[in-house]
Amino acid sequence: MSKILIRGAKVLGGEPQDVLIDGETIAEVGTGLDAEGAEVVEADGKVLLPGLVDLHTHLREPGREDSETVLTGTRAAASGGYTAVFAMANTFPVADTAGVVEQVWRLGREHGYCDVRPVGAVTVGLEGRKLAELGAMHESAAGVTVFSDDGKCVDDAVIMRRALEYVKAFGGVVAQHAQEPRLTEGAQMNEGVVSAELGLGGWPAVAEESVIARDVLLADHVGSRVHICHLSTAGSVEIVRWAKSRGIRVTAEVTPHHLLLTDELVRTYNPVYKVNPPLRTERDVHALREALADGTIDIVATDHAPHPHEDKDCEWAAAAMGMVGLETALSVVQETMVDTGLLDWAGVADRMSFQPARIGQATGHGRPVSAGEPANLTLVDTAYRGQVDPAGFASRSRNTPYEGRELPGRVTHTWLRGKATLVDGKLT
Amino acid sequence: MQRHLISAADLSRDDAVLILDTAEEMARVADRPIKKLPTLRGRTVVNLFFEDSTRTRISFEAAEKRLSADVINFTAKGSSVSKGESLKDTAQTLEAMGVDAVVIRHGASGAPYRLANSGWIDAAVINAGDGTHQHPTQALLDAFTMRRRLVGRDAGLGQDLSGRRVTVVGDVLHSRVARSNVDLLHTLGAEVTLVAPPTLLPVGVESWPCEVSYDLDVTLPKSDAVMMLRVQRERMNAAFFPTEREYSRRYGLDSDRMARMPEHALVMHPGPMVRGMEITAQVADSERCTAVEQVTNGVSIRMAVLYLLLGGNETALTARTTEEK
Repeated sequence: MSKILIRGAKVLGGEPQDVLIDGETIAEVGTGLDAEGAEVVEADGKVLLPGLVDLHTHLREPGREDSETVLTGTRAAASGGYTAVFAMANTFPVADTAGVVEQVWRLGREHGYCDVRPVGAVTVGLEGRKLAELGAMHESAAGVTVFSDDGKCVDDAVIMRRALEYVKAFGGVVAQHAQEPRLTEGAQMNEGVVSAELGLGGWPAVAEESVIARDVLLADHVGSRVHICHLSTAGSVEIVRWAKSRGIRVTAEVTPHHLLLTDELVRTYNPVYKVNPPLRTERDVHALREALADGTIDIVATDHAPHPHEDKDCEWAAAAMGMVGLETALSVVQETMVDTGLLDWAGVADRMSFQPARIGQATGHGRPVSAGEPANLTLVDTAYRGQVDPAGFASRSRNTPYEGRELPGRVTHTWLRGKATLVDGKLT
Repeated sequence: MQRHLISAADLSRDDAVLILDTAEEMARVADRPIKKLPTLRGRTVVNLFFEDSTRTRISFEAAEKRLSADVINFTAKGSSVSKGESLKDTAQTLEAMGVDAVVIRHGASGAPYRLANSGWIDAAVINAGDGTHQHPTQALLDAFTMRRRLVGRDAGLGQDLSGRRVTVVGDVLHSRVARSNVDLLHTLGAEVTLVAPPTLLPVGVESWPCEVSYDLDVTLPKSDAVMMLRVQRERMNAAFFPTEREYSRRYGLDSDRMARMPEHALVMHPGPMVRGMEITAQVADSERCTAVEQVTNGVSIRMAVLYLLLGGNETALTARTTEEK
């Protein structure tokens, strides 16, 4: 196998060091390492991070290959610095059987841009009524460890309780899309000052918070762990903080867009800002940033949700909910967390690699950058600033809210087990 | 004046007064034996209605015809829209046929804004009601009616509604009429009070430039005009209020309540009225109720808006012609 020497990289933002990759693993980390027989990558002070892990990606295959496939989605992931993504279950057919999760897992392996860990549905058809065969999905080749009806909330308290209990047998975790369905019928945007003016149906914060409150109490009662998807409100932060202080085993994620954007943008009625949960207020954005900094929120997850152009080039109410995010996530985190002084690069590695890998049990990912570890790495030019140009995306979809916005940071290289998937910003 | 009329909030005080004054001129045309002006001869206006609304559509059509425009009526039912065609394609198809202005009624809040601001078409866009967002010509005709009655037909020219107290009662949550009226009346200097059960007021209403009350009886004696909004019976099924009877008792306008209003105060209704629900027949048919007058004024207002957006504003017209070259 070939050797690669990454020279002068700030490992997790520290002092420049050399990192030698030999085959699939990191052979050595130090200064003045011997370059003999190795291909040299001059890092020139770029930041080297462990390969990023996304616990919340929609790859759309099978069923909506017009918006994304496992191939295009994992290429987008590699472009964004990811080496592992968890593919959500709301495909057509739904990933609620061993057959579907194995297919998605196998496609990821064949394409080789990033590891694909399928998420299994909690209930059959995401309908919230009958548990899917969670054990069979876990025992399949895909080895499912995370279960979610994402897109829909497991709102029946008994079903949620049973799911939390059942997955303990094999160490699984249920990831809840917290949305009380009756409170969000016809919901189009955050309920508040802006929705009142725009006349768009409100998605109240309490519809998220009430479900999180119930679920942390359920998790406590049955002694399970629960993961909260895309937490979006200041109130949710308070509930998770309280739960953690009580020793309840809850983890939570925040999306990059909820760290940056607010519902004021909806005034344009441009559906590129339509997302679920919706963009909230300035106050929520600040609470989410602080919670991510202090560890109340464990991880950043993209909720990468590709949609075809026609599903966004229309009136607001008719538009699909969701944004692509894999290729801009790290830039948004640098903008909102690093450049603001809330988090250093070691913190970014923790929130975007170590913790998501731990929660999802992505073996071989989210490991320290040290000798003997798998060579899953990402090199970031943190001095770069540039406008987001969706035309350059590897994703099949272009529904980004950042078009034309200037953001810092650019991933130049990604290595998956020592194999380069991205070199000088170009996919291999 | 702007190129489009999307929201009452976009109008400055001077814009609004200009529209009201122009509408008075248009009203005089209606008093003539031949109720027609040549202003928009050779120009084409399409009434693009994605929601049933016979009243508003007919009012716009009458205004367009009195200004000699060529009028195309498009209703979504039985059209390509029901076969899945998008708003963008529908609008572009119409524009390809040479349309100068689009009057749009749509069930989705923001649809007229998207039409005017997405680069889909070049025509002027007039919002004839979108979802629960805005209905600016309704607010203008309401303000016109109030100015005429409270200030005077001639005395009102050039004037706004400074210091007048207007009470808007009913389903504010689902009402584009309420939103437009709060914006425009505030711009014109009036003091607005919204009265409704708390369930029918939007979260966030506290940021609006108006007062909010749950008690109609306290508000009535301090009102120069009371505008009753239609309350759909179906709302009862979504637990917005317990029963029709209870709603009428607490928020309906009957003769006893009307007697609590000052002598000069108006009763207004944008129609269609649900008699026995928000308003009793006696009140609806009384001298003080301006519902029918509002319909007449609607035509004058829509003539004024079309005239100012398409024909009467020389600078806007020149700018447009230059763009086309």
